[in-house]
Amino acid sequence: MTTTLSKEDFLIVKEQDVVPFRNKVKDAAVKTGMGILNQTKLITAASELVRNLLKYGGGGTVAIEAVNNGRENGVRLVFSDKGPGIADLSLAMQDGFSTGKSLGLGLPGTKRLVNEFNIQSTVGEGTTVTIIKWKNG
Amino acid sequence: MDRIPILKMGDFLLVTIQVDLYDQLAENLETDLVNAVKKHNSKGVLIDISSVSIIDSFMGRILGNIGAMSRIMGAQSVIVGMQPAVAMTLVELGLTLTGVATALNVEKGMELLRSKILLSDGQSDDDDDNDTE
Ligand SMILES: Nc1ncnc2c1ncn2[C@@H]1O[C@H](COP(=O)(O)OP(=O)(O)OP(=O)(O)O)[C@@H](O)[C@H]1O
Ligand SMILES: [Mg+2]
Repeated sequence: MTTTLSKEDFLIVKEQDVVPFRNKVKDAAVKTGMGILNQTKLITAASELVRNLLKYGGGGTVAIEAVNNGRENGVRLVFSDKGPGIADLSLAMQDGFSTGKSLGLGLPGTKRLVNEFNIQSTVGEGTTVTIIKWKNG
Repeated sequence: MDRIPILKMGDFLLVTIQVDLYDQLAENLETDLVNAVKKHNSKGVLIDISSVSIIDSFMGRILGNIGAMSRIMGAQSVIVGMQPAVAMTLVELGLTLTGVATALNVEKGMELLRSKILLSDGQSDDDDDNDTE
């Protein structure tokens, strides 16, 4: 079972919010004692998802949580937007699929970089992506 | 607006990225570099990213663009000093940075640039095989 030790919400509405947000994620990762490689993977994943949230979701919020699963600590990030949603999730999760004339790496790449990945989306209502990176994950 | 300084050293341009790039900064760098290559008729571009702790797909794409555009304008480019954790993360993300030449540090990068320039000068009639290292 995963318990939340602390939680902080972050509002993301413009590009200038991204760097301070990334720094907050880094602080949270450092606090768990996470090594540099896992920190880098987590921050890169966060950077991809926050970019999607801005570009496709029109902005939103991210919850940064310190979590524990009984064995180790980790960082959970919950990205929520009230954008248009994603019609076909399995398509969106494929390497190379993009409606934004981009590389289509963000979602599938992020999934590879973290330990737990969950995406929920309803057309017309919005998208929520939850990831966890464990200290030694 | 913030800009990353571009140093001219003879035929080369040298860029040291000291901060984590955000989008506008990266895009400015892309245009500034292309303009500088044109203005100085530079033969090589060396980008030192040893202080950069995060490269996501957007920034990776900018680095790729800089390489491609330099090439079109007749300049070689090399990226030096990528942190091991950044390199490993890029691979897992799925970003291969094809077409971007890399070297361990500035010194090795300069060597690589010089040899690439020699190579491209030597076969300027019969070109188009700018393979990466
Ligand atoms: N928060 C979101 N709201 C609505 N659609 C989204 C959201 N996130 C992703 N998508 C959709 O899923 C597709 C795939 O996203 P992904 O991040 O994998 O690729 P990309 O953003 O298009 O390209 P890249 O991340 O490589 O620059 C996007 O093109 C977009 O259509
Ligand atoms: Mg994306």
